Amino acid sequence: MTTWNSWLFWPNHVALSVFVLVVLAMLFLYAARKPMHGVIHSVCALVSQSMRFISRWLFLAAENVRVRNQSVLLAHGQESAAAIIDREFERMGDIIRKDLQEFPAVQRKMMEEATRIEDDYRKCGEVPPPPPEWVSALKSVAQIKSGGDIPRKLLEDINKSIQKIHDQTIVEFRRSYEERHKILKAMQPSWRSVEKMIGEMDKKMLTLQTNVKQIDGYMGTFEGIRAKDNKTEHALTVSGFVQLAISSLVLVIALGGAFINYKLIALPMSEMVGASDYITDNMKTSDVAALVIILMEASMGLFLLESLRVTQLFPRIASMEDRMRRRLTVASLVFLIILAAIESSLALMRDMLVADKASLMRDLASAAPVASDGLLTSIPMIGQMIMGFVLPFALAFVAIPFENVVHSLRTVIGVCLVQGMLGLGVGLRFAGLLFKRLANVLQLTYDVTIVVPLMIERWVIGIHAGSTGEMGNMEEKEFSKPRRAA
Amino acid sequence: MNKYLTLLILSFGMVFVGACGDSRMHSQGVYMLVDTSGTYAGEMKKASKIINYLLATLNPGDSLAVAKVETRSFTEKDIIAKVTFDKRPSQATSQKRTFKSRIETFAEGVKGSAYTDITGGLIQGAEYLNETKAGIKTIVVFSDMQEELGKGTIRDFPITLDGIRVVALNVTKLGTDNADPRLYLDRLTHWEAKVRKAGATEWVVVNDLENNLDSILNAR
Repeated sequence: MTTWNSWLFWPNHVALSVFVLVVLAMLFLYAARKPMHGVIHSVCALVSQSMRFISRWLFLAAENVRVRNQSVLLAHGQESAAAIIDREFERMGDIIRKDLQEFPAVQRKMMEEATRIEDDYRKCGEVPPPPPEWVSALKSVAQIKSGGDIPRKLLEDINKSIQKIHDQTIVEFRRSYEERHKILKAMQPSWRSVEKMIGEMDKKMLTLQTNVKQIDGYMGTFEGIRAKDNKTEHALTVSGFVQLAISSLVLVIALGGAFINYKLIALPMSEMVGASDYITDNMKTSDVAALVIILMEASMGLFLLESLRVTQLFPRIASMEDRMRRRLTVASLVFLIILAAIESSLALMRDMLVADKASLMRDLASAAPVASDGLLTSIPMIGQMIMGFVLPFALAFVAIPFENVVHSLRTVIGVCLVQGMLGLGVGLRFAGLLFKRLANVLQLTYDVTIVVPLMIERWVIGIHAGSTGEMGNMEEKEFSKPRRAA
Repeated sequence: MNKYLTLLILSFGMVFVGACGDSRMHSQGVYMLVDTSGTYAGEMKKASKIINYLLATLNPGDSLAVAKVETRSFTEKDIIAKVTFDKRPSQATSQKRTFKSRIETFAEGVKGSAYTDITGGLIQGAEYLNETKAGIKTIVVFSDMQEELGKGTIRDFPITLDGIRVVALNVTKLGTDNADPRLYLDRLTHWEAKVRKAGATEWVVVNDLENNLDSILNAR
């Protein structure tokens, strides 16, 4: 109240004081009109242009990142496609080397079979029965003019001979057919063999054809990547997202396995490094030691798969000399087996510790010992030991999804970054536009507060000008500025 | 690869350096005073159960001592059994078994004492616990808290129980308490004031031995 009164010229006449105050304020604001307009426009222009500048920079940066992402994505895609094509060619080479290297032998065999079949076929050609000689003999007998018993006898003799020859011919004919049937029968396996060989060749050619088709597909992708095709880029990006999702899921499952593993060895590790030692306030040394063992198993698995060229996280291992790489494989495998054996024995120790503690608890509670069924009670122990031995090897395969995550995360983060930058750029651009318009709004709002002095100004100018037209021009000029700006 | 190997070596180093870390801050030290005076000597069975509970609850690296409250209890001779459990769980279990058998032997031949020097026992307990350098120190007094000092025994001076929790267990009501409960309440108030003045961090009374044993030890 005191503050309010201090603003009043005549505290007893509030209305008058307020009126004078308003008039003074208006006068002040009217006098400061042009500088204030300038300030409003300058500030808004500054903010708007800064935002436009940042927005433009963001768009440019987003484009740069996109290009960089594209090149990385395409390079990675190209590498993967090349590896796949390489593998397919290797596979095809194997097929050709394994199956088609027998082709000359098969061809030779087929030729031999064909020659044999041809010979047999020739042998089977029907041999016409010998021409009946008795026909000419019969003609000669028929030409004998004198009758009597001689021709009849001759004819009877001929008939007998003919009968005999006929019988012989029939026997011969049958024998010959029988032989030909035998030959044909002998041809059957050859036909079958040829048919089988052709079938096998057909099958092999079909496999080869499938592989060729696959290679065709991969080559298409490869060409798309080489040509920096948008469709291929999009497919690779989508593949990156899918790969990340799948690999993350597998990693989560693997983490579950690692947790079980950790639980299995945390207690027995306390027997080695002490149960009452702490690294920090809440972190037991035995727990950390168990964690280190598990991490070492995962590392050994990683090295093993890396040296087997299943994963390619370390280019140095991939480019290592074959002999050296094999040594690394053996070393990693040996370490992994040792760690698995250690874990298995720790699992056994865990069971023993738990049993010992349970026995102590029974003693302390003065309870009778539980009757144990030997086989039944040892099942958990055996299970724990097996799990302890198997889990490190299962954990070793984490390297594969891990590699996928590493590669696909780069793509996913890159895409998200570009989209985020673009979004932010659009937002800033929109805000810049708003600020640009806001300058006019603020200017008009300012003029509203000093509308009375402005009207007087126009009136005075009108009187001085002496003509309505000029005044109208003045008014028009006065109001056209903000309108244009708006 | 070298970087990776370095990381592995560092992890190993962390473990081994950590293994040498200060474990005493997390360990518990418990000193249990068992009143063997007069009729309270008959409560030894309950005391054995409490000791068994402590044995079951304490972890490797913790310390436990059980002493009897006699005519003059400020002496190591009154300690029935004491142990600092090994860091290895298997060894700790074995030590617990030995400790239990010692207590059982003592419980079989316990004899009642003429006087009850609880203050002397507290001083002795504080001395033992300070020597163990345990992170959490607890003196458990299994007694009716009725102190009776023999002739020539001087205990009316300030004692120091800095950083020690004091737990009064099975504080039974005496015949006179039944007639005038104020005696019982005054007795508890007197002991609470005394231990708090001595610098004890906590004063706990546990009479429900069936359900409230968790209050004896501080949760870590």
